[in-house]
Amino acid sequence: MCAEQTTIKISKLDFYYDKFKALKNINLNIYNNKVTALIGPSGCGKSTLIRMFNRMSDLVPKTRAEGSILLDGENILEPSLDVVKLRRKVGMVFQKPNPFPKTIYQNIAYGLEINGNKNRESIRYKVEDALRKAALWDDVKDRLHQSALGMSGGQQQRLCIARALAVEPKVILFDEPCASLDPISTAKIEELILELKKNYTIVIVTHNMQQAARTSDYTAFMYLGELVEFGKTDKIFTVPQEKKTEEYLSGKFG
Amino acid sequence: MKNKIIQNAAFSLIGLSMVVTLLFLAGIIYFIASRGLPAISWEFITEIPRDAMTCGGIAPAIVGTIYLTLGAVLFAFPIGVACAVYLQEYSPKSHFVNIIRIGVNNLAGVPSVVFGLFGLAVFVKFFGFGVSILSGSLTLGILILPGIISASQEALMAVPISFREASLAMGATQWQTIYKITLPAALPGILTGIIISIGRAAGETAPILFTAATFYKREYPNSIMSEVMALPYHIYALMTEGLQPEKQTAIAYACALILIILVGIISSSAIIIRNKYRSGYVR
Amino acid sequence: MNSFKEKLIRQIFRAASYASLFFLFGIMFVLFKESLTALGEINIFNFLLGKDWYPTYEPPDYGILPLISGSLAVSFVAMFICVPLGLGTALYMHEIACDRQRKFLKPAIEILSAVPSIIFGFFGLVILAPFLQKNFNLPTGQCLLTASIMLGVMTIPIITSLSEDALSFVPRSFKEASYALGANRWQTLLRVTIPAAASGIITSIIMGMGRLMGETMIVLMVAGGAAVIPNSLFAPVRPMTSSIAAEMGEAAQGSLHFSALFEIGLLLFIITFVLNIIAEIISRRYRLKLGQGR
Repeated sequence: MCAEQTTIKISKLDFYYDKFKALKNINLNIYNNKVTALIGPSGCGKSTLIRMFNRMSDLVPKTRAEGSILLDGENILEPSLDVVKLRRKVGMVFQKPNPFPKTIYQNIAYGLEINGNKNRESIRYKVEDALRKAALWDDVKDRLHQSALGMSGGQQQRLCIARALAVEPKVILFDEPCASLDPISTAKIEELILELKKNYTIVIVTHNMQQAARTSDYTAFMYLGELVEFGKTDKIFTVPQEKKTEEYLSGKFG
Repeated sequence: MKNKIIQNAAFSLIGLSMVVTLLFLAGIIYFIASRGLPAISWEFITEIPRDAMTCGGIAPAIVGTIYLTLGAVLFAFPIGVACAVYLQEYSPKSHFVNIIRIGVNNLAGVPSVVFGLFGLAVFVKFFGFGVSILSGSLTLGILILPGIISASQEALMAVPISFREASLAMGATQWQTIYKITLPAALPGILTGIIISIGRAAGETAPILFTAATFYKREYPNSIMSEVMALPYHIYALMTEGLQPEKQTAIAYACALILIILVGIISSSAIIIRNKYRSGYVR
Repeated sequence: MNSFKEKLIRQIFRAASYASLFFLFGIMFVLFKESLTALGEINIFNFLLGKDWYPTYEPPDYGILPLISGSLAVSFVAMFICVPLGLGTALYMHEIACDRQRKFLKPAIEILSAVPSIIFGFFGLVILAPFLQKNFNLPTGQCLLTASIMLGVMTIPIITSLSEDALSFVPRSFKEASYALGANRWQTLLRVTIPAAASGIITSIIMGMGRLMGETMIVLMVAGGAAVIPNSLFAPVRPMTSSIAAEMGEAAQGSLHFSALFEIGLLLFIITFVLNIIAEIISRRYRLKLGQGR
């Protein structure tokens, strides 16, 4: 466990929505090129936490954070931090597939264009590359210029992954990526996550315990805004140290 | 049984009021169309007026209306959309937004003749633009501003938050997100609002009474500082000024028909655009 | 660099957002400033309550009571047209119309709302006024009633569309609960849906009232133009708006008459402003009551 390299180091993190304390003293390390799963019952703060890694939490007014989140040694909670740069480094895939109402090609090219890439050849190359990495290229290579809204839900979600990959992030956050997908599409996304961890650091929030077990190397169990237990996934699922974790995993609540 | 009878009676009354409303609409269109049609010819819409407005065409009035409307939209469109973008995308939900919203609603409720007074005092007198296309356009522009703001704001509101989130999460700046994602997605709605405003501006009379309009002009306006004839004002003038009421009334019918057709085309295209794109992104 | 550009854009947009407030206060300021001469020279009570409006006589009289009463009278009578017809049409669209009818009715109402007021004025002048004159043996058809009818028709779509919105905001569950208790459609409409939408409907009526008070071209063309306090439905009247529109052309700039017309404008502005604020307050209560966005 000590051999792992830490990508994100969270220390003493508190987070408030107005007066409600949503996260309480979180200390957690996210390791390089590993998949870390955040699990816990609804309202435990796992989605709040994952949205802090790329400061999407800023979009909610009247919020406040204390403590620190170090990404490559830099505290990303600093108010002076350029969130735009941060988000290019930390990509995100959302619960519901949310492609833009543009063509498949444009959806991916968008991320490159906003980064100032104006070279059409290089964009075309990178679009293909991202689609291949998301295992979508063969499905869509003949209809790149059709609307992304015409794809199936699973394809849309893989498009959203490809879109995130095109920006060349270091970390990818998955916020319940399969919540609205069928089992077959879910299996494909999970397969893809395992493939992607070779090159990226991945954090995934999920409701689905099997999914956490299948995809992650590390698991963090959260409850009522606190981090109850963190460790290697196989350990957490087989010999949890905390009673709360055991109760949750055996379906006693949540 | 008694309940059933009451229901039938009530529903009949409701149905009757709907029929009467439609009859008014149909009656107005029918009378004006049937009496205006004979006077309309190609010459009528392409030639300048002759013989103290009793012969010839009304082309300068049509052109004048187009200039005034265009000017108003050019003025109000950027301000209105920018205001909507700020309220919807940038500003946190606060008192400030609420005050602006109340301001917009109130501006929308100001009587059109009061806009005319404002235009007269500010553009015609204070800035010295005189009675001109410029003064009239600016006055009409302020008049349609609240409509453009509300329509644009509504259109922006209909764009799913997930689009913005996805864009921001990829490291797009807020402006990139607005410019490349949110505004394009809201465009049909914004366009509909603008088209409706065009219809409004084209038909307004009171605001241009003292700021832009003139009754009788035998030439096309040659600069933005010249007075213009305008269709709605022309109808009024034909009915209240001049020496040959008989002939003028016939022309006024034709003008009214052209105005109705113009406004009808404008608002039906707005309806068509809206129906085509209605809730296209809501899933 | 990038963030500077972002901030600049944000500030530009922020500035634009002030535009409507700026114009609203600008209008208020300008009306007030231009009325200063009249406010100074004519006692405000004589102005508001004076029964004679002879601005071009020697010496002139500036009493606008006939104009105010003209505005109130035409608006009041017009309400008898636009409220029942507008509301009835809204109820029809909401409760009775099938989908096909609705698809036709909605655009029809929108077209009616797009018809410029000059068209209503013109129609009133050439069709309705002669018709009333002939059938009621009037000295002139240009009178309070004619103006009110045309104003009323013009305002129908405002009341219809706003009331229909209010009706459609009433949660479905309310209606279902009523049906489940064995109420029929009319009982549900009358006892549940309409009361739940009441503040929205009232708001629509107040907005309609503001529109009626402020409308110019219709009254200018068909109200008759006599500055007398009306004593019958067939009396010619001169509402405030038509006085402004008709006399502004002749009043010399800077004269007392010119300023007095602006003072009328100021009064008109205040009336519509107050009506709007009332509508605002009622509709806010209504949103709070029903809970937003359901």
